[in-house]
Amino acid sequence: MEIVYVYVKKRSEFGKQCNFSDRQAELNIDIPPNPELAEQFVERNPVDKGIQCSTSMSEHEANTERFEMETRGINHVEGGWPKDVNPLELEQTIRFRKKVEKDENYINTIMQLGSIMEHCIKQNNAIDIYQEYFDDEDAVEVTEEAPSAKTINVFRDPQEIKRSATHLSWHPDGNRKLAVAYSCLNFQRAPEGMSHESYIWDLENPNKPEIVLKPSSPLVTLEYNPKDSHVLLGGCYNGQLACWDTRKGSLVAELSTIEFSHRDPVYGSIWLQSKTGTECFSASTDGQVMWWDIRKMSEPTEVVILDITRKEQLESALGAISLEFESTLPTKFMVGTEQGIVISCNRKAKTSAEKIVCTFSGHHGPIYALQRNPFYPKNFLTVGDWTARIWSEDSRESSIMWTKYHMAYLTDGAWSPVRPAVFFTTKMDGTLDIWDFVFKQCEPALSLKVCDEALFCLRVQDNGCFIACGSQLGTTTLLEVSNGLCTLQRNEKNTASSIFERETRREKILEARHREMRLKEKGKVEGKEDDQREEEPILTLEELVTKAEEEFFDIIFTELKKKEVEAMKKSKPVGPERDEEVEGEDQGEEEAAHVETPT
Amino acid sequence: FLHPPPSWDVEETLKRLQSQKRVQVIMVVNTEGIPIKSTMDNPTTTQYANLMHNFILKAWSTVREIDPQNDLTFLQIRSKKNEIMIAPDKNYFLIVIQDPTE
Repeated sequence: MEIVYVYVKKRSEFGKQCNFSDRQAELNIDIPPNPELAEQFVERNPVDKGIQCSTSMSEHEANTERFEMETRGINHVEGGWPKDVNPLELEQTIRFRKKVEKDENYINTIMQLGSIMEHCIKQNNAIDIYQEYFDDEDAVEVTEEAPSAKTINVFRDPQEIKRSATHLSWHPDGNRKLAVAYSCLNFQRAPEGMSHESYIWDLENPNKPEIVLKPSSPLVTLEYNPKDSHVLLGGCYNGQLACWDTRKGSLVAELSTIEFSHRDPVYGSIWLQSKTGTECFSASTDGQVMWWDIRKMSEPTEVVILDITRKEQLESALGAISLEFESTLPTKFMVGTEQGIVISCNRKAKTSAEKIVCTFSGHHGPIYALQRNPFYPKNFLTVGDWTARIWSEDSRESSIMWTKYHMAYLTDGAWSPVRPAVFFTTKMDGTLDIWDFVFKQCEPALSLKVCDEALFCLRVQDNGCFIACGSQLGTTTLLEVSNGLCTLQRNEKNTASSIFERETRREKILEARHREMRLKEKGKVEGKEDDQREEEPILTLEELVTKAEEEFFDIIFTELKKKEVEAMKKSKPVGPERDEEVEGEDQGEEEAAHVETPT
Repeated sequence: FLHPPPSWDVEETLKRLQSQKRVQVIMVVNTEGIPIKSTMDNPTTTQYANLMHNFILKAWSTVREIDPQNDLTFLQIRSKKNEIMIAPDKNYFLIVIQDPTE
């Protein structure tokens, strides 16, 4: 303690000295207890009081700041040279290497390792243990496995207000991307603030769409240009046609003018096969089919009105809900209408009236899907009301094959591009049915519940393995089907074509029969009823059967009689050989002839 | 009688290995990743050295963990295009890439 403060004060300045003295205790205040105050209180016995003896604790939450991590790799180009060696200097590295090579340890190690290595190399060369021994046998896998499909990925609409996925299109090269058109098809019930955007998804990334397309009106259909994978064609809800180039961005590159576009949503838009790769056509429920060239979208190049009475009246035109075009048949196209009729048209016809070639009717409701069989284009599939039907161009009165009536409305359908007998359908209850009619004809080969809401559209990838289906809430599900459903079975093409032909023939026979009956009905009405009845008895099915039976037995009896006669002749004495031989031959021929007819 | 210097034996051995059927590449690398001898260019050799080192350590520790008395003597990685064979040692690795017999 070095620092000391000296305080000086004179004794005289202290003041008077204190003098303390003792004295007796004095009572200052005495307050006696007042019993009346006790009236204000109520005695409580027993007293209930909770106490706790524990440590007092409090709860507090804390969240650390998010620690961002990133994984990176480093590619070394040079190894860990010792400090004194400069890897860029060739001399130094060579010197280092030479030094190592002279090291005794190195030599011994390498000799040892070398011998092990030599052994293994020679072993490898001697016998290939991984050789395929039974390669020569045809790997004909008769896969008895049950058809199955599994979900690979699900792409959800990132918008808050969900829209339906109304159309899907696969990217033409490599199929790694999927374009999905979103819109709300309920008439005037599109919620406010619903986004008009449609997306292109990359299959690897289901979290965020890769490209966003921004039209002025929601898209009902969307198709990639098969010739140019950067160009897409979209049909809008307001009837316009829009064209995008993904290299240019998400805004519309070309848009058709409102005055010349459709008056109703564009339900079908397909690219045409042309040298320029810029032609397309579209159809809508306003009853018109329009052809466009995307370089000049201000006006359609051609318009056809779907009036089946051939008077080109827009008022009596049928609304188109689906459109079909096959590039192998470039002059023909087909339109599926709201009224359940398929109209087959020829683009090259001279007058507009002749463009409509023929109609096929058979559905009770709008035809939501229409596609020709990729292997047998004469047969096509239609999906509408509660059934899916297969038609042949030759049979106009009715379809040649049809599924049973389902409990839910069918919304879309497509053929498999690799198997002629397989097609897919989607329903309003969210199920995807896979039909294989060489396997089972009354039921789908596989029925999958994809989601709880309705499925609106379906698209099969070109390899036949992957299927994308879009639902009412904008969820697109990507499924992979089992091998059996996407590899061509043995003899399947022949079987499928023979099934088609057989059914077509059956329908033709029925058609002919109906026509006959109708003619007879007409004849009955026109002429005298009594006379007609006597002259041409209309044979009922039973009568036909009895007639056939009679004929059959007649033939059998005549043959038996002939055999008896022959047996009798043989038992007789032998006449001139020549006659007998000739007889025998004749009889043989007759017998042969008679043998054939009963069958 | 002159004995050939021991380094010639090494050359001899490596040449013999190289001359075997279907052998594509031979390299000797040390644990630092420095290629001592290689029939390939430097960056590729370094890449192989780096990748193989980790792999060898993993394989070696696996073998030892299953049975501590055991030791890793040889590694073969068979792939569609070729087979990589590694003879590991404490200080050096001898790596040979061979074409599969297919």
